[in-house]
Amino acid sequence: MLLLDAPPDTSAYMIAGYIVFFVVAAIYLLSLLVRWRNLHEDMTTLESIEKESKVIPQKTVRTAKRKGANKKTAKKK
Amino acid sequence: MRSKPLTLKILDIASLLALAVATYLALIYAPEEATMGQVQRVFYFHIGTAWTGLLGFVFAAGLGVVYLIKQDLKWDIAEVAAVEISAVFFFITILLGSIWARPIWNTWWTWDPRLTTAAITELIYAAYFMLREGIEDPDRRARFGAVYTLVGGLSAPITFFSIRLFRTIHPVVIGSGDPGATGAFAMTSGMLLAFFFALFTFTLIFVDLFWNRVRMGQLAAKVEQLKINLMH
Repeated sequence: MLLLDAPPDTSAYMIAGYIVFFVVAAIYLLSLLVRWRNLHEDMTTLESIEKESKVIPQKTVRTAKRKGANKKTAKKK
Repeated sequence: MRSKPLTLKILDIASLLALAVATYLALIYAPEEATMGQVQRVFYFHIGTAWTGLLGFVFAAGLGVVYLIKQDLKWDIAEVAAVEISAVFFFITILLGSIWARPIWNTWWTWDPRLTTAAITELIYAAYFMLREGIEDPDRRARFGAVYTLVGGLSAPITFFSIRLFRTIHPVVIGSGDPGATGAFAMTSGMLLAFFFALFTFTLIFVDLFWNRVRMGQLAAKVEQLKINLMH
């Protein structure tokens, strides 16, 4: 008779277990996506700053040369 | 950063498909266990995540050794990736174990040797991230991290063998365990298929996540280097 007994109803725990698994896994995947996106944004910003910082010194060199040339012509005059 | 390699894209899809099949096998294909009922189905993902979690901690210890020998930060990036994914997997293992224990042991938690060693292992790796956060110099951080994972890696085999060495109520499904264990069962062929496929799936997911996480670590290192360059 004992052998014919139905197993206990523990399905609620099984469902809870699988919900917990998928929720934790989704949270981790989301955290990876958010971190990846933030790093990409940081990279783009830093690269544009780096480009600007390379362009600005060249401009200052050019303007300094121009200023020097102007001074020379003024002296000649 | 280069766009995602095709192999990694294929691995992403394969991992998702394998997870779908593993879920089907665990929830529908495998027969219901006679004494525990449906909650026994939690076991497939519980073991799968534990397997990759513990193996990942040992793998991270190995990567730590390689870093200490080579002194190259790329090994540190890989080590962090392995620890992070393993810590998430192992956290899931503990949660699933606790959910299974409630109807079977009539408690969510007990200070059994397996549960205690598992909790200690998880806490060791939570502290690993705190340690890293506290060190600014990348080389010093990597060196400390490598030594830490090397010592912390010992907790993985201790946790694995705890149910085989100590008196415990935690069941040993493969091999012989304590006769006083509660919740042990013999696996049928259907159960074995779901079990081994879950092991395969979680190994595949680990490899996929590891590759993705390493790429993210490389990008983070580039960003950090750019910041340093701009400051000087």
